[in-house]
Amino acid sequence: MGVQTPNGFNLDNSGKRVVVDPVTRIEGHMRVEVNVDSDNVIRNAVSTGTMWRGIEVILRGRDPRDAWAFTERICGVCTGTHALTSVRAVEDALQIRIPENANSIRNIMQLTLQVHDHIVHFYHLHALDWVDVVSALSADPKATSALAQSISPWPLSSPGYFKDLQGRLKRFVDSGQLGPFKNGYWGSKAYRLPPEANLMAVAHYLEALDFQKDIVKIHTIFGGKNPHPNWLVGGVPCPINVDGVGGVGAINMERLNYVAEIIDRSITFTDQVYLPDVQAIGSFYKDWLYGGGLSGKSVLAYGDIPENANDYSAKNLLLPQGAIIDGNLNEIHPVDLRNSNEIQEFVAHSWYEYPDETKGLHPWDGVTVPNYKLGPNAKGTKTNIESLDESGKYSWIKAPRWKGHAMEVGPLARWIVGYAQAKPEFKEPVDKLLKDLGLPTAALFSTLGRTAARALECQWAAYKLKHFQDKLIATIKAGDSSTANVDKWEPSTWPSEVKGVGFTEAPRGALAHWIKIKDTKIENYQAVVPTTWNGSPRDPQGNIGAFEASLMNTPMVDPNQPVEILRTLHSFDPCLACSTHVMSADGQEMAKVTVR
Amino acid sequence: MGAPLAKKILVLGIGNILWADEGFGVRALETFNAFYEAPGNVSLLDGGTQGLYLVQFVEEADRLLVFDAIDYGLEPGTLKIVQGDEVPKFTGAKKMSLHQTGFQEVLSAADLLGAYPEKLALIGCQPLDLEDWGGPLTAPVRERLLQAAELAAVILDQWGAPCRRRAPGEAAAALLGNDIDFQSYETRIPTIRTGG
Repeated sequence: MGVQTPNGFNLDNSGKRVVVDPVTRIEGHMRVEVNVDSDNVIRNAVSTGTMWRGIEVILRGRDPRDAWAFTERICGVCTGTHALTSVRAVEDALQIRIPENANSIRNIMQLTLQVHDHIVHFYHLHALDWVDVVSALSADPKATSALAQSISPWPLSSPGYFKDLQGRLKRFVDSGQLGPFKNGYWGSKAYRLPPEANLMAVAHYLEALDFQKDIVKIHTIFGGKNPHPNWLVGGVPCPINVDGVGGVGAINMERLNYVAEIIDRSITFTDQVYLPDVQAIGSFYKDWLYGGGLSGKSVLAYGDIPENANDYSAKNLLLPQGAIIDGNLNEIHPVDLRNSNEIQEFVAHSWYEYPDETKGLHPWDGVTVPNYKLGPNAKGTKTNIESLDESGKYSWIKAPRWKGHAMEVGPLARWIVGYAQAKPEFKEPVDKLLKDLGLPTAALFSTLGRTAARALECQWAAYKLKHFQDKLIATIKAGDSSTANVDKWEPSTWPSEVKGVGFTEAPRGALAHWIKIKDTKIENYQAVVPTTWNGSPRDPQGNIGAFEASLMNTPMVDPNQPVEILRTLHSFDPCLACSTHVMSADGQEMAKVTVR
Repeated sequence: MGAPLAKKILVLGIGNILWADEGFGVRALETFNAFYEAPGNVSLLDGGTQGLYLVQFVEEADRLLVFDAIDYGLEPGTLKIVQGDEVPKFTGAKKMSLHQTGFQEVLSAADLLGAYPEKLALIGCQPLDLEDWGGPLTAPVRERLLQAAELAAVILDQWGAPCRRRAPGEAAAALLGNDIDFQSYETRIPTIRTGG
């Protein structure tokens, strides 16, 4: 029984309700409620979030040239990408063209974010959904060494290295403060790696923690500081002075060489550590192919990384642009962010109000008027919700749709579009990974596929970093050191009324900002962020969003230990790092977990 | 033999400035910078909500002083100083926001990397309102910023890093630019409320 959604899922909420709920509903927290049948298979999924939606209110009346600094604060993890999206929106509105060097440097900043974010996400936020830390304590260091050396030439692989590391881990665990490893369901049958693979992964967890510090130095060099690097409408804020020696803030050869060195190490780390780890972990989970959700049906990518400056058309973007619907990989639809009939946000199930909630609004015409009320069958109170009623309003996230379709965004969406376009740089690594694991193409549409696509993209981004670094140096050597175009810096040069859109591919998916400028001030500003796409609630037609779809039909080993739910939600890299606990159907707290 | 190298001290403000009293940590740091000049071995960092990404800064510091909003069920605006081993326990006592969870993890991660600060102190403030989207600091919290800065100066003095109180009207290099500094942000913000 149950209800059939237009996008192909059968929802049955008659079984036991399991609530995965945050400690508080502050700041970007998410909560998921599922119904499981008598075999503990998920038959209904409801995702709600308190995604922060107030940016349009804060920015109204401000100087468009400052918008990036505000948007950089929206989210703790994707700061730079919001800033880049913002300056692109303003440049689009004011028709500002940026120098070639600025494009290369922005691409380097954005690709650095991809590499950094993907590595940190995998090792520090997601790996522990696959890796049992406590099991690593019983590993044999010699066998761990043999395993590591069989999959990679990475030099940190001796028996002594793993023995020392195991000792450090043991002291840490014995001290009683599990720190980043607390809140795991250690020992759960949902974990499948042998102790040696667990120990190897924990070693790489620490190495990645150490290595990520170096990657972000690129942001400090080109952005002036980190965290919260500087951006500039019209270009980038760092001057280039190749003959300079240590000039304050200026980019010279010494710094460019340092960046090149970090890029080379990023390539080595992704080639020799990240990808082999994903493949090794994947080999133990290759029959756990749940979590595909919308990925096999409808995916969306705006594209990013323009090869040449000022051309944001699909053919100039190295990350692919396009939409795929109903699983038809043979047809890739063009995407137009300006077309009011393509991207629309609905609020029928969101805590906002529109004059007509059967219709969606394009972001240029978007409105954000809160309307917090629970559906008739919700349990609990407004300040202490026990369970939501998904037939009514149930989320602070709006429901964006592309031509009416719920879409998944993110690395997997990008790679599916690239794969469907038969671009060798996307298709070949995917085919190779699938072949090595002995899996069919269909296996790509899964939680594991999402995790693997992120790893492949990290490697792709590391090599593309090198490409733009080389290009930057070549342009400078050819005598062009311009990094900013300030022709339209003065507001007196602007038309009285303009609008623009800026887009990027943030590490976790398609991101766009829409701006309207009137009399030199911001009149309207709307951001549709990746987690709005993925974490969206139902729309007026009843289509479920990507998080919800991804949980459907997943069997749980034990509903009290929702490893499977966390594993799949984390595979999206939701920008909602949040604490949650698991509640039973009657609101009794069952266990505490952290949605990382 | 030269003088022993001065201890590296990091003063870190954490929180989200766009979210009412969540902004306490960053605004307190900004206030400290406006009122005090610290010696060269002290660096100030607006950590925002960067969570785990702050580990390298913590790792490099011998001593760490943190400004943050904390929920300990006190009267709104109450300042509380927590030191040493109590800091991670304290931030974990009642997690109320994203960055707080993140910061505990930062400390653990620094510990795992063998680089835990030798001295650690937290100047926390009990918030009144964390749910005002795009809202300013509330009055009880705003009124404590200067006192929080003064407490930081006392702690730094105890740590052998005496700070000089700036003369009235003396300018300091701004920590935050592009209209998100305290003055520009707080003076004109329309707000919407989540209801509830």
